[in-house]
Amino acid sequence: MARPVATDSSHPRGRRARATRTLARALLPLSGIAVLVLLWDVALRAAGGPSQLLPRPLAVVLAIAELAQKGFLVKHVVASLFRVTWGYVAAVLLGIPLGIVLGWYRRGGMALAPLLEILRPISPLAWIPLAILWFGVGDISAVFIIFLASLFPLTLTAMNAVRGVELVHVNAGRNFGLRAPELLRRVIYPAILPQLLVGLRLSLGIAWLVVVAAEMIAVSSGLGFLIIDARNAGNRYDLVVAGMVLIGVIGIALDAMMRSLERSKALAWGYTAAFEADESRIDRKAAAGAAVVP
Amino acid sequence: MMPAGGTKVRIQGLSKSFHTNGHEIRVLENIDLDVRDGELVCILGPSGCGKSTLLNIVGGFLPASSGEVTIDGLPVREPDPRRIFVFQERGVFPWLTVEGNIGFGISGLPPKEKAARIAHYVRLVGLEGFESAYPQELSGGMKQRVEVARALAVNPDVLYLDEPFGALDSITRLVMRSELLRIWEAEKKTILFVTHDIEESCQLADRIVVLSARPGSIRRMVDVDMPHPRDLSSPGYLALRDSILEEIGLAHRI
Repeated sequence: MARPVATDSSHPRGRRARATRTLARALLPLSGIAVLVLLWDVALRAAGGPSQLLPRPLAVVLAIAELAQKGFLVKHVVASLFRVTWGYVAAVLLGIPLGIVLGWYRRGGMALAPLLEILRPISPLAWIPLAILWFGVGDISAVFIIFLASLFPLTLTAMNAVRGVELVHVNAGRNFGLRAPELLRRVIYPAILPQLLVGLRLSLGIAWLVVVAAEMIAVSSGLGFLIIDARNAGNRYDLVVAGMVLIGVIGIALDAMMRSLERSKALAWGYTAAFEADESRIDRKAAAGAAVVP
Repeated sequence: MMPAGGTKVRIQGLSKSFHTNGHEIRVLENIDLDVRDGELVCILGPSGCGKSTLLNIVGGFLPASSGEVTIDGLPVREPDPRRIFVFQERGVFPWLTVEGNIGFGISGLPPKEKAARIAHYVRLVGLEGFESAYPQELSGGMKQRVEVARALAVNPDVLYLDEPFGALDSITRLVMRSELLRIWEAEKKTILFVTHDIEESCQLADRIVVLSARPGSIRRMVDVDMPHPRDLSSPGYLALRDSILEEIGLAHRI
């Protein structure tokens, strides 16, 4: 029943067009960065002499090299990732089951949702004084802040996703004799997984934002500490910007990692389903000579 | 025709009303219906007449306001794996493959037996080659067949079908009707089939139960004494269709 679709993929012009598109897709994102760095450098040269307001791009590269050479690069990056991992994993382990249960048992949700909604808009950074009071200056405080920062969005995502599960699927599960624990595992959990993956990615992004701020106050290592320390201990703005660049690069890597999970078909059936409606995707599928099911 | 057995599903004095904003809306009124074992009954009525509500009550998904449904003499209180409800193709689980969907209700079986059962029903509904496809890769008709296969795999004695072919194009719908008849004759299930399509009910049913507009009550029951396959241009078939058109109050000409 699967039949190959004849398209222009065999045609030389089609092949060339496709190669151009692939190249463009790889180069365009980089070209934006290149233009920005160029403008940055040109503007500073035009201003003349060493600027007090911003280090030159080359100085930032050299600062990163200096950090790498002295071993600070690995030390600070690992310290930040360590705190994010523990705080985030704890939030995932607590927040997702909690959200599922609150979404499923309406009364529990009605009792706790307003509390969560009130706590959510409080910036996690507002918790820093209490965190230091409770856990002292150190890793535990920073981990706690990250835990809180990820916990609320994760719980609410899971809760709302459960409430949005289609009644047909719940009824079908019940029809096959499933009750609460099994129904949650075999119907509710897979049904909400696509939304959970998006929630996981967004809250990891929040955790990474927060770790930098937490490290500026609560600890003496990590990328946040690097930035604040470089300023305080000698106005090394090349190191400050180097820290910022590292935060951005690691952030984008974390995001890409989570996105690749979202693309997995078995995990994120919703992603593929949503894309099926996207015509460009259908085009590409046909162009690749993929089987089209009637 | 199927040999008619004893009473399988008995609906007695069933009424249902919903309450919204302080208003009471009566949806079903005093329904009495006995469905025989192995019978294919079509419940036919206009949109909003409560026919889906009736099927949901019989399936155990909704409580009745008054009256009772019994199956094999026992009152229905909740959904039961011995009677499977087939929703429109929306009921297929999009996170499972065709195989995963069909095997959903038989996870307790030993793996070998489960695999054999899945293979049997994949073949029965003609989905060979699509075992590991996900629902979003299938057409509406194929999804519908997955759902029917998933229902049959648990070997239920009753199937509830709620406008199962409503969302399909007219050609696929005809194909699916003859597939359903083929499966019904092979598997000997009792089937309650809800539809608003007069042709569909005339093509499929042993008996047609015509419901009135809301609040739905039984307006007429028509025994269809025609063997399958039915000739859709025979005088008998046309007379049946016309009499039901008339019963519902529709003109023969547009």
